[in-house]
Amino acid sequence: MLLIPCPWCGPRDEAEFHYGGQAHVAYPEDPAALTDEEWARYLFFRDNPKGPFAERWSHAAGCRRWFNAVRDTATNEILAVYRTGESRPATFEARPTGPAARPGVPPLGEFQGEPVQGAGSPAAQPPAAVKGTGQSDPGRGGTGETQPFRLADGGRIDRNHPLTFTFDGIWYEGFRGDTLASALLANGVIAAATSIKLGRPRGIFSAGVEEPNAVVQIEAPFPEPMLPATTVELYDGLVASSLPGQGRLATEPDPARYDAVHAHCDLLIVGAGPAGLAAAAAAARSGARVILADDQPEPGGSLLGTAEHLDWVSATAALLDAAPEVRVLRRTTVFGYYDDNHLLAVERRTNHLGAQAPENVSRERVWRIRARRVVLATGAHERSLAFGDNDRPGVMLAASARTYVNRHGVAPGRHAVVFTTNDSAYPAALDLAAAGVEIAAIVDTRPAPGEWADRARSAGIEVLTGHAVTGTEGDARLTAVTVAPYGEFAGQREFAVDLLLVSGGWNPVAHLFSQAGGRLRHDEVLGTFVPDTCRQALEVAGSAAGTFDLAAVLAQGAAAGLRAVEAEGYTAEAPALPAVAVRPQSPSMQVFAVPAPAGAPRFVDLQRDVTVDDLARATGAGLRSVEHTKRYTTAGTANDQGRTAGVLASGVVAELLGVDISALGLPTFRPPYTPVSFATLAGRDRGALHDPIRTTALHGWHAEHGALFENVGQWKRPWYYPQDGEDMETAVLRECRAAREGVAFMDASTLGKIDVQGPDAAAFLDLLYTNMMSTLKTGMIRYGVMCRPDGMVFDDGTVIRLAQERFLVTTTTGNAAAVLDWMEEWLQTEWPELRVHCTSVTEQWATVALVGPRSRRLLGSLAPQLALANDDFPFMAWRETTVAGIDARVCRISFSGELAYEINVSPWDALALWQALYEAGAPYGITPYGTETMHVLRAEKGYPIIGQDTDGTVTPQDLGMSWAVSKKKPDFIGKRSYARADTVRPDRKHLVGLLPVDPAVFLPEGTHLVADSELPAPPVPMLGHVTSSYRSAALGRTFALALIKGGRDRIGERLYVPVGDRMLPVTVASPVLYDPEGARRDG
Amino acid sequence: MADTALTARQHSPLAHAADRLAAATRSSGGAVRLAELPFLAQVNVRLDGKSPAADAVGLALGLQLPLEPNTVVRAADLTAVWLGPDEWLVVGRPGAQRDLESRIRMAAGDGPVSVIDVSAQRTTILVTGPRARDLLSHGCPLDLHPRAFGPGRCAQTMLARTQVVLVARDEARAGFWVLVRSSFAAYLTDWLLDAAVEYG
Repeated sequence: MLLIPCPWCGPRDEAEFHYGGQAHVAYPEDPAALTDEEWARYLFFRDNPKGPFAERWSHAAGCRRWFNAVRDTATNEILAVYRTGESRPATFEARPTGPAARPGVPPLGEFQGEPVQGAGSPAAQPPAAVKGTGQSDPGRGGTGETQPFRLADGGRIDRNHPLTFTFDGIWYEGFRGDTLASALLANGVIAAATSIKLGRPRGIFSAGVEEPNAVVQIEAPFPEPMLPATTVELYDGLVASSLPGQGRLATEPDPARYDAVHAHCDLLIVGAGPAGLAAAAAAARSGARVILADDQPEPGGSLLGTAEHLDWVSATAALLDAAPEVRVLRRTTVFGYYDDNHLLAVERRTNHLGAQAPENVSRERVWRIRARRVVLATGAHERSLAFGDNDRPGVMLAASARTYVNRHGVAPGRHAVVFTTNDSAYPAALDLAAAGVEIAAIVDTRPAPGEWADRARSAGIEVLTGHAVTGTEGDARLTAVTVAPYGEFAGQREFAVDLLLVSGGWNPVAHLFSQAGGRLRHDEVLGTFVPDTCRQALEVAGSAAGTFDLAAVLAQGAAAGLRAVEAEGYTAEAPALPAVAVRPQSPSMQVFAVPAPAGAPRFVDLQRDVTVDDLARATGAGLRSVEHTKRYTTAGTANDQGRTAGVLASGVVAELLGVDISALGLPTFRPPYTPVSFATLAGRDRGALHDPIRTTALHGWHAEHGALFENVGQWKRPWYYPQDGEDMETAVLRECRAAREGVAFMDASTLGKIDVQGPDAAAFLDLLYTNMMSTLKTGMIRYGVMCRPDGMVFDDGTVIRLAQERFLVTTTTGNAAAVLDWMEEWLQTEWPELRVHCTSVTEQWATVALVGPRSRRLLGSLAPQLALANDDFPFMAWRETTVAGIDARVCRISFSGELAYEINVSPWDALALWQALYEAGAPYGITPYGTETMHVLRAEKGYPIIGQDTDGTVTPQDLGMSWAVSKKKPDFIGKRSYARADTVRPDRKHLVGLLPVDPAVFLPEGTHLVADSELPAPPVPMLGHVTSSYRSAALGRTFALALIKGGRDRIGERLYVPVGDRMLPVTVASPVLYDPEGARRDG
Repeated sequence: MADTALTARQHSPLAHAADRLAAATRSSGGAVRLAELPFLAQVNVRLDGKSPAADAVGLALGLQLPLEPNTVVRAADLTAVWLGPDEWLVVGRPGAQRDLESRIRMAAGDGPVSVIDVSAQRTTILVTGPRARDLLSHGCPLDLHPRAFGPGRCAQTMLARTQVVLVARDEARAGFWVLVRSSFAAYLTDWLLDAAVEYG
């Protein structure tokens, strides 16, 4: 959502504005002097440059002012705004984002040389006994032993709060604080899905949102498909099942509530890991408005998984909770980053409560956050490696296994091999070993892994340097891993293990940065893509920026938080940060595809079952871009959006093509970061609130009297009022008869009404309407047609002259706002010298149309002061009087050809007026009628409905309204176009009447007309189409209106209407089929 | 024109919703208070804000028409709401519209001024209570924090899916006036009541 700075109101959401096309295209001074070509150029041609473009906008939902903006059409940046009449600013600089704005990442060197606080050995807790017997046959749960893989202590779960749940029909127990995945692992269940294409068993692969495998169906309390088990918080009574790659939507309507909130802040921090928490701590006491959003139930991020510095995490969380202008959004995933620092997030508010969720609280909430500044502390995802049979249940990302141990108190297996290309798997291996998991070996592709290998060895773990995993065995669960020197298959060793931890390096979570328009660059040292520059006011901190050393991450987060709030004018001080031990660092090795024996699939995208061979087929077919290989193989297109597969796929493709991965790049990241349900996005805008319903002051009466309603724009208008057992046809024929033979009334309040005031009001209306308005006398009314500059009918209505300098203009119901915008556009941008003001008064008046030969007598009985004789109160005049004691403006207007009045009163009095008419009209059989009857009555008289009988290609002349097009006025909008060759063609479509030869045959609206009774071979020449079709009580037959080529010259001709298999013969007629002499108008 | 004397036969746009608004107010336990302020006098004034006519109108009304965008000026029982660089809405007590209209016209004299009674064009919903801002934030994209939208501020903007004139009342805790087109009032009421369920 762009933030457009209105020159008066300041920055507002783009949704408040209307676009008005290219600016500085002035209306020609003398259109008549232009050639057809010059006029066509003005009408139809506009520039379409890439880059800065001056265009017109209207702050339609605000101050209604038109203004000009220079927008970069490539980036949508608004570079300048200025008022109409001002000339375009000469130069454009990108809007400054503040003195301290440092788009993208601060240089990595910024924190080099900072003293690292403290020193010591990595966190290594004393080994905790694995609960149970340590048997190496995990199998499925439900064997009688509860949670055999649960550690005796440790973790952030609450062992005093057991929860029961069902997975694939089997009951299990877990604890509060578990995810569905951790609870399954605790019960020895790792195989949680089957792959979509190959049907291979797949296991829990990660501990977070990046999960490609364990995507499950929630069955109860409410069915929800395709949720990663790693992101589902466990609750009592949860029922879930594994999925073969595809879920099922619920068949019942979702009973939960969903809503949205707009939020504004000086600083939005995405991610409450070490960097995000440090940034928030820095900003917390500055007084700046801060939002910290994190997808987990508690802050801490990666520290929850490493179990480091949790005291600092809780102290910082307490500090944030106590700060009045800081809002911490837990369980909230920021999923979209749009223009002008507009970010969307989804907060899961009651999902984790299961059946205990309160009904009046929304289940999920969309946060629409407009942030002055953003710090992205979104962390990094561990990357897998493409080795042989790398998809068996039991293969797991190393840091995820560490998270299960430290955060959930679960051992993801009993015996493990660790396969890595970098340092980060070593602390994971040490933590697992400390928790009692036997680490059979650490397999490191690097010939000389450095100090971490020494630490592992001193902990009693065998380290195989320069080795790789060549294959795996197992079915429902991994049973063995084979290892050989890197690139060789001889000298293989086999390890009988049920767990294989993998680390192929880390990918900064750059999704939001990328959505913000940021560019990524390939970092050779890190071997991955990191954020580079971005024009939005954001910074990236921590591992999302490619910084993996914890001390540097904390310092970077704190610095980003300080910079952000100081840039917004707040004073902040450095926050307390924990003392972090210096860690050994050795370079990583960049590995994507690991050599494997023939026949062993090496999966790149687990969720899409895409292998290295599939990518090889893509490059073999000549594809050279990752965007193309992505589409060819579907790698990265599943609902995990390739979080673990994206960089791996690019790396493999680069190897296959023999190019550097930095030249290849990554596929584009698009919102949403994680799937968001339609129900959540719809929020409150569904059911009765889906679209605003506009009602008149008489709506309640219509509903009580059985009216069925028609939607006209957003208005609900009475369509017809069926009496006992009547169908529509019968009801409408009855209502029509009452209007033609007795008296009937309808609610016409929905017509748009615009008050036009000022010394130049008459001159203005002369320019706007095709006919002359300035000659209208006060007290009189004139019908008018409004056209676009191309001469096509845009709207019609009546113009009432209230005073010399004051008019009341009516518009069609659906076009009221468009006509007012139209008037303002011309007044403000082309004719600012005209002293005229236009104001909507649509709801200031309620209008009741009183129709029929007995309307005069009825009105007379309620308006005794009003002289009603034709001479006293002629057609197209208006009078002020009281009707039933209510102040009223009565107009003699007829949209039916009958004697008719429109009575305008305050809507506060509308019900009183209506009821008075209903009571006084009872002796005359007064009948309420709806829009259908109105349409029949007007069609019998050949009056067109703009938008039904016209479609933007129809001139007044086409409608047979040349009489409404002034020949005297020097100019009006559309005039020049009536001299264009195209508008004077004899074969233009004219509005005519149609009489089916069989008077009972009803022609469907929209049906085409052809010349012959037999359809010729295609293409069949079409002569036009039916625009309106009705049954007429007055004519005793069906009839229609149609736009037909050269229609007025065809009156009397026989044409045919193909309907189904039949060719229905019709006769072309004048559009005025009823009372062509107009004898009924005066009663 | 329309008789401005209030009589029993007159119906405000939200007369039918008064019970539901009161019920939501009760069930929120004071968190939000919702009520229609019916029949307020509302007069739309268009003139050049820098002209002598503007000063004359100000004198006649006893308040200066605000020239700063999106602000209101109050005096006695009148509120002048900025709607545009040459447009204001003068809001007064029910029934005052005729008097206001003629006072403004008289004061403006021969200058090009438009004065229109629009009292029935919009109705006013009072939204107050400690959670009033949270309630409106469900559907209003503007920043309603007291730092950005405190007393003296107003805005024409969107609330849910309809246009409104939002006026911050004269104390930070006094909440907001939401002026909404009469035809949209029932929709907006349904929306507000639905949004208020959470605070009940």
